Amino acid sequence: MELDYLFQASHLERLMWGLWATAKIAFISVFFSAILGTVLGVIMTSKNIVVKALCRLYLEAIRIIPILVLLFVFYFGFATWFNWQFSAMWVCVVVFVLWGTAEMGDLVRAAITSIDQHQRDSAYALGLTHVQALAYVIFPQSLKRVTPGAINLFTRMVKTSSLAVLIGVVEVIKVGQQIIENSLLTVPSASLWIYGFIFILYFLICYPLSRLAAHLEKVWE
Amino acid sequence: MRVLNRIAQFYIELSRNTPLLIQLFFLYYGLPKLGIKIDGFACGVIGLTFLGGSYMAEAFRAGLQSVAKGQIDSAKSIGLQPIQIFRYVIFPQALAISIPAIGANCLFLIKESSVVSAIAVVELLFVTKDLIGMDYKTTEALFLLIMAYLIILLPVSILTSYLEHRSRKVSHGT
Repeated sequence: MELDYLFQASHLERLMWGLWATAKIAFISVFFSAILGTVLGVIMTSKNIVVKALCRLYLEAIRIIPILVLLFVFYFGFATWFNWQFSAMWVCVVVFVLWGTAEMGDLVRAAITSIDQHQRDSAYALGLTHVQALAYVIFPQSLKRVTPGAINLFTRMVKTSSLAVLIGVVEVIKVGQQIIENSLLTVPSASLWIYGFIFILYFLICYPLSRLAAHLEKVWE
Repeated sequence: MRVLNRIAQFYIELSRNTPLLIQLFFLYYGLPKLGIKIDGFACGVIGLTFLGGSYMAEAFRAGLQSVAKGQIDSAKSIGLQPIQIFRYVIFPQALAISIPAIGANCLFLIKESSVVSAIAVVELLFVTKDLIGMDYKTTEALFLLIMAYLIILLPVSILTSYLEHRSRKVSHGT
């Protein structure tokens, strides 16, 4: 009876809408991270020491600061310092793209450097230019090595996008909180059920993705 | 053993595929409805342990599985007991192989601890939010926040990469 009330159609619909807001952040971030990360990955294979050091600095700086701290700095800091008033959702996207670009860049770099040198030499011997060698020889081979890691990164982004609620994005957890507060008098144990439900929702999204990544890794080894 | 394997796998998948934030919310806001009341700090510790346990387990599993079969056969042939084999042959090698992953997990967990601020545990981020809210000292608070994290995390990061370089030299037999 209580559960019927808690999980009525309109509540489920709102939760799904919230989930979509979460997924949207993850999708947009992954899309841009994949593009920018590939570019960064290629740049990171450069032999120029300055370029390498700069990329390294960027990667380490992003990796060492917690994502939540980055979210706070961009959301509160940038509004104060530069008077940039972005909506919380776009702050999330920007932070996730910065983070995703760094991680993706490292994946692409590792994949490119793992391709045997003779592949590159053969391409040059055939008269391919640097860009052609990358596009027709290196990338197709690295793709298999990047994909499992990229899917894992996507899973991590879906999980991390839950932090968006802490800077005020209305997504699945926020909707859950609204439903809990709204049903508190009718269903006192609402928080247990709703948070449990969101817990399972996240699992249902992330589990197939991480299985897919593990499967691809095994098949393509 | 199969049952234990299943349980371990279930735990690892469950904790790796759900966000820490929702795990914490479930512990902190959900469980009291079942009569289980845990204070914020304990929730943070339990949540991070639940999360970290699975990451550490994966790191050790990878290490244990990468010990060469020949090592175990050799240990058997010189008459070591299974426990001795684990203690003197497998474990030291597995540990050496796992160290980079363990270091990365430590960094990850320290970083994830910032999420615990969401369940009202007064830690770095929570205090920062307080300072911004009470004194409007956004710049100072954010600067100190980042510096504090760097002071905590940089030594760990440097130690991790040092151990990683050291441990690469200690793998035996392929």
